[in-house]
Amino acid sequence: MNPNGPSAEPLEAAPNVAPASRRPCGPDQMDEAGETPALHARLGYGRSGMSAAGNQRTSRWLVVLALAMFAFGFALVPLYDVFCDITGLNRDAAQALANNTQVDASRKVRIELVANVRDEALWRFAAPSQPVDVHPGELVQVEYELENLTNRPLIGRAVPSYAPLAAAAHFKKIDCFCFREQRLAPYETVRLPVLFVLDRGVARDMKVVTLSYTFFALGKRT
Amino acid sequence: MEATLAPSLPDEHHAAPTGLWRWLTTTNHKDIGTLYFWFAATMFLIGGLMAMLIRAELFQPGLQLVQPEVFNQLTTLHGLIMIFGVIMPAFTAFANWQVPLMIGAPDMAFPRMNNWSFWLLPVAGMFLVGSLFLPGGAVAGGWTMYPPLFMQGGISYDLTIFAIHIMGASSIMGSINIATTILNMRAPGMTLMKMPLFVWTWLITAFLLIAVMPVLAGAVTMLLADRNFGTHFFDAAGGGDPVMFQHVFWFFGHPEVYILILPAFGIISSVIPTFSRKPLFGYASMVYATASIAILSFLVWGHHMFTVGMPAAAQLYFMYATLLIAVPTGVKVFNWVATMWRGSLTFETAMLFAVAFVCLFTIGGFSGLVLAMVPVDIQLQDTYYVVAHFHYVLVTGALFSIYAGIYYWLPKWTGHMVNETWGRWHFWLSAISVNVLFFPMHFLGLAGMPRRIPDYALQFADFNRVASLGGFVFGASQILLLIVILKCIRGGVKAEARAWEGAEGLEWTVPSPAPYHTFVVPPEVK
Repeated sequence: MNPNGPSAEPLEAAPNVAPASRRPCGPDQMDEAGETPALHARLGYGRSGMSAAGNQRTSRWLVVLALAMFAFGFALVPLYDVFCDITGLNRDAAQALANNTQVDASRKVRIELVANVRDEALWRFAAPSQPVDVHPGELVQVEYELENLTNRPLIGRAVPSYAPLAAAAHFKKIDCFCFREQRLAPYETVRLPVLFVLDRGVARDMKVVTLSYTFFALGKRT
Repeated sequence: MEATLAPSLPDEHHAAPTGLWRWLTTTNHKDIGTLYFWFAATMFLIGGLMAMLIRAELFQPGLQLVQPEVFNQLTTLHGLIMIFGVIMPAFTAFANWQVPLMIGAPDMAFPRMNNWSFWLLPVAGMFLVGSLFLPGGAVAGGWTMYPPLFMQGGISYDLTIFAIHIMGASSIMGSINIATTILNMRAPGMTLMKMPLFVWTWLITAFLLIAVMPVLAGAVTMLLADRNFGTHFFDAAGGGDPVMFQHVFWFFGHPEVYILILPAFGIISSVIPTFSRKPLFGYASMVYATASIAILSFLVWGHHMFTVGMPAAAQLYFMYATLLIAVPTGVKVFNWVATMWRGSLTFETAMLFAVAFVCLFTIGGFSGLVLAMVPVDIQLQDTYYVVAHFHYVLVTGALFSIYAGIYYWLPKWTGHMVNETWGRWHFWLSAISVNVLFFPMHFLGLAGMPRRIPDYALQFADFNRVASLGGFVFGASQILLLIVILKCIRGGVKAEARAWEGAEGLEWTVPSPAPYHTFVVPPEVK
C-alpha cells in the first residue's frame, strides 16, 4: 500500500495528468508491470473512457476506502463507549445492576461521631468534624485520626459504645480499627477507618445514633 | 477444459504457457474464473464431507462417531469453509467469467492482481483444513470466533486468524478489481442503468466487501493481539469487553450475509427472464432494492445478539430495522414472479433451480422475519431454528443460485449444452432431499434443541434421523453435479453463440465456448 499516494490526491485532480514517474506503487500498477503497451492497446485499455489511468484512479479510492474501514473497525471500540455515554444507552441499566437492593433509600439516619481519650497528655484522638447521614443498608466509611504526642512508641486500643444502646444490634462493622491494637511510633499520626452498615432492621423512629470511641493506652502507665 | 479455453487470437499475440504453469501464471479472467470454480468445488467437497460427518454423528442420540471436541471442530470448520471457501469464491468465479463478458470489457481491470487474489485462496484453505492436524485440533469455538472461548485455544486458532487475514486480502483485492472493471471498462453505450442486473449486484457486493472485510480483519487482529501481545480489547480480565467483539464482528457479519446473497439475486435475475422469454420485470426497482438492502445491511447487526443484554431501545431499533429489509427483498421476489407471469416458460435445469431458489429462499426469508422479532429470538437463539433459517438462505438460496448459474452459463464456458437428463436428476434429488434435511430443523429448534452440540435429548431423535437421511441423499446428489460438469466439458451437443432461445446480453453475442480473448474491439451497446 502506498502511504501518501492515495490520500494525497483528490479525485478530481488527476484525470489525465499522471506521468509515469509519479505513478504510485499501489496494487493498481500491478497489471502494468509485465504487459506491453501494445498488448494493452490490443486489449482495449487505451481507449477512451476505460483508460488505465481511470482504473488507477478508481482503485486508489477503493484502497483508501478499505484502509479507512480497517481503521474504523478499531475505532468502533472507543466509539461504542462514546455513543453509549452520549445516548445513555446501557448506562442506566448497568448502574441498576450495580445498585444494592438492600439499601433503604426512603429514610436517613444521622450518625454522630465522637472520640474520647483517657490520657490526653499521650494521645490526640479526633473524630470526623461532621456527622454523616446514611441510608439503612448502605455501606459507609468514616475515618478517625490518632496522634502520638510523646517521644516514645505507644500501644493502645479503642472501645466503641452506642447511644441509644438499642442501635448496637443494628450497627454492623465490616472493618474497624477497634478490632486491633494500635501501635504508634513517636509523634506518629495515623488515620483509622471504620467501615460499617446500619442494617435495615433499625427502628424507624431512631433518627440519630451516636457512635463513640474511647481510646485506652495499653501496657505500663507512665 | 484445456481445449475449450485455448487461445483463439493469432499466434503472434503471445506464446501462452501450457500445463500447470499456465494456470499458475494466468492473468486471463476466464482462466481465473475457472480456477475459482474448481477451488470452490474442492472446498465444497471438504466442507460437505464435514457436514456428512456431523449428520452421521447426529443420526441418533448419544456419541457415535466423533468425540465432542472433534464435533465442535467439524461444525466450526464447516461454517468457515462453506462461507469463505465455497460461496464467496464461487460467486467470484461468476464475476470473473461473466462481468467482462456482460459489460463488453476485454478482461478485468487488473489482471495480475486478479491472479494474486486467486492464488492467495488455496493458501488460506490449506491453513484452515491443515489446522485439523495441529496439536489440539482445529478451531472449535464456532465460526463466529467469539471470545473468551477463542482466546483459550491452541496454535490452530492463530493459524485460523491468519487464514482469515489472507482470505480477507484476497476478497478485498478481488472486489477492488471487480468494482474498477465495472465502473471504468464498460463498452461504449453501456450506461449504469443498462448493465445486466448480475453486474449491478456484483458492483454493490464489491462495495460491501471493500467496506466490511477490513472490519473483520480488524476484529481478528484485535483477537490476535489479545491472544499473543497482552492487549485487552475483549479480555474482561484487563478491562476489555467480550461483547464488544460481537458488535465488531457482526458489523462485518451482517453485510457479509448479503455478500453471500446479492450475487445470487443477480444470477436469478439473469436466468428467470431467459426461460420466461420476457425482459426482467421492474429492472430499476431491482437496482434500487439491491442498493437499499446493501445500505440497510449496515444498520441491523444487533439482531444477531439480542440476548447479550442490550437495552430495550436498541432491541426495538434493531428489530424494526431488520423487518424493514423484508420490503426491498419482497420487491425482488415480486419482480421475479412478475417476470414469470404470462411468460413463455420452459423448465430447463437452470430454470428449475431458479424457481426453487425463489420458493425456498423465500421460506428462509420468512424464518428470518420470525427470528427478527426480539421476544421470539430470545427463545430461539442458538437453536436449530437458526440453523434451519440460515441453511435455507445459504443452501437453497446462495448454493441453488450457483447451481442455476452453472447450468445456465456452462454452454458459454464449455461450448456444449448441459445433459438435461442428468441435470434434472440432480435438481429433483437435491430439491427434495434438501427440504428433508433442513425443514425438520425448524421443528427441532422450536422444541428447543440447541445447535453445536454433538448429543441431544431423546425426544429429538426422530426428526434428527429424518434430517440426517435427507442430508446423506443431498450430499450424494452433488456427485451428479460433478458428473454433469465433467460430461459437459468432455462433449455434448454443440452450443450456439446464443445457447438459450430467450437469452439476452453481450455474453451471448460471442461464440460458445467463449474465445480466450473476447471484446478486443469494444462492442457498441445501443
